[in-house]
Amino acid sequence: MARPGFFLPKILKSNAHQGEQPILSCADPKTLESLHWLACYLTTGKHMAFYGSFGTVLLLLAVTAPAALAFGFGGAMAARSGFAPLRWCGKGYTAIVRGVPDIAFFLFFVIALDQGFEWLRHKVKCPDWDMPVRQGSDFVVCDAAKMPLSSSPQWVHESYGFAIAVLTFAIVFGAFAANVLYGAMGTVPRAQIETAEAYGLSHRQTFWRILVPQMWVFALPGLGNLWMILIKATPLLFLLGVEDIVYWARELGSSKTAVFDFPHPDWRLYYFLTLLVFYLALTRVSEVVLSRVNMRLSHGQATVAGDAQRRAA
Amino acid sequence: MSCTQTIEDYALRSIGIGERLLPRSDFTLCEQVVLIGSGLIWNVYFGLLALGFGFILAVSVAMAKAAPAAWVRKPAEWFIFVFRGSPLFIQFFLFYETFVLLPKIGIDLNLGFAEITIETRWLTRAWAGALIVLFLNTSAYAGEIFHGALRSIPRGDMEAGDAYGFTGWHKFRKITFPTMLRLAWPAYTNEAIFLFHATTLVYFSGFPAWQQKGDALYYASYFADKTFNPFVPYPILAGYFILLTLAVILIFGLVNARLNRHLPQDRRQKLRVRPQVIR
Repeated sequence: MARPGFFLPKILKSNAHQGEQPILSCADPKTLESLHWLACYLTTGKHMAFYGSFGTVLLLLAVTAPAALAFGFGGAMAARSGFAPLRWCGKGYTAIVRGVPDIAFFLFFVIALDQGFEWLRHKVKCPDWDMPVRQGSDFVVCDAAKMPLSSSPQWVHESYGFAIAVLTFAIVFGAFAANVLYGAMGTVPRAQIETAEAYGLSHRQTFWRILVPQMWVFALPGLGNLWMILIKATPLLFLLGVEDIVYWARELGSSKTAVFDFPHPDWRLYYFLTLLVFYLALTRVSEVVLSRVNMRLSHGQATVAGDAQRRAA
Repeated sequence: MSCTQTIEDYALRSIGIGERLLPRSDFTLCEQVVLIGSGLIWNVYFGLLALGFGFILAVSVAMAKAAPAAWVRKPAEWFIFVFRGSPLFIQFFLFYETFVLLPKIGIDLNLGFAEITIETRWLTRAWAGALIVLFLNTSAYAGEIFHGALRSIPRGDMEAGDAYGFTGWHKFRKITFPTMLRLAWPAYTNEAIFLFHATTLVYFSGFPAWQQKGDALYYASYFADKTFNPFVPYPILAGYFILLTLAVILIFGLVNARLNRHLPQDRRQKLRVRPQVIR
């Protein structure tokens, strides 16, 4: 299980002390002048890890969005199912996440998923283990069932923590997406479905060929909204124990005494301002792109926006 | 220890009344239910005050954003953009660091005739600092909602107002404001629900829980950490929040009924009781 500060990357030790380039020598930071000092300061190994963590956030977004959409699609299909127990599961899935703060789900799933995986492995790998898994305040599984194995390398631990985080995000946002998609499926004009039935398409064919292609334009405003919420939920990675931008901003910004190579007072405010600008840029760009996509998708659709485009053309 | 004793000890623990030490071992279900419920006091406190103060600022921001003069409109647009475009989590950190950087002793303010010292230490405490952040945040979200409603007021209503000779403040008070509120109310209900959910972020985002006085999620995660069993405290928390959400829907539904009381029965807008995520 990943805990904050558990896996300090190895890069920390690298190029902080080795300035090979003669022009920008960072060998002894205490002698440098202000601008040169700043250049050296901003290129230390820790700062490189900080810049890399922006990539972590973008990677999370890139992986989570399709995963959540898949979960949401499954949830919406389940909620429309003719088979009652499946329908209740789908409806329950979408209902619970709406009533409870998402951060509670994040904190819950991170432990619950981790324990769930370990428990399953425990059952498979150590069938002759006779002690209970829960002993008072402890959760004990056999060594072979630990996730990840205590002997596995650093990157496995990091990837496992990240994968758990992605799965958690996908489950929570999948429920939101299921809600949006379920609504969108209900908004597709009834006449379209009836026409398909009149042409003799089966239930399955109607769903995949008529309903699904047409529902996206109705789902897009909701999904766009969800994308914005997803962007704004990414700093919660910090709470899940992943070394994301919030972790590094706190780490690098806190005041450094003269023991450090680059001593400075409490600069966390400036680091968080950088994060603020990063997020504002990300949401702004998303907003512009989404409105473009919306225009494109409305093309030829039986909606107000589609009609407006037809009249303008 | 009986459950009544636990209630006496911990029911008001989150505001510093009762037993000082939190339970450390052999956690009973009663302890978890009582302590997490005690934390809920803070969630309700943050939610209610932020909504209450935020409502006033939100209406002002919405009016400012709809104003024709650029020097009024631009600041409102930027306010909404910054607070809606960035994560609440980052806002909490940012404000906390700002409050920490303020001089510890206070700021000396020279008013010309007298010199006063403004105490700033309390800003770093969650009850004030986090409340300010939540207040600004909900003002921005609600401001955008109200602005949208302001733009969708039927033109006929305004023309009728003009025809009756309503102008200025009178017209705003009697026509613009009630109609805007009526149109915005379903979305505003959503905002209120998710604001209450957002209050759980307070103690996980820089603001320390002083003397272990935290909110519901703080205690839930305390129990989950100690027992390493998330399957008891988090469902308790979920139960409390579902009740809180239902209470919000009920109260806002009553207000909604009052806002729509002049309309004929069949045209009255029913409040959607299925909250959509808007944050």
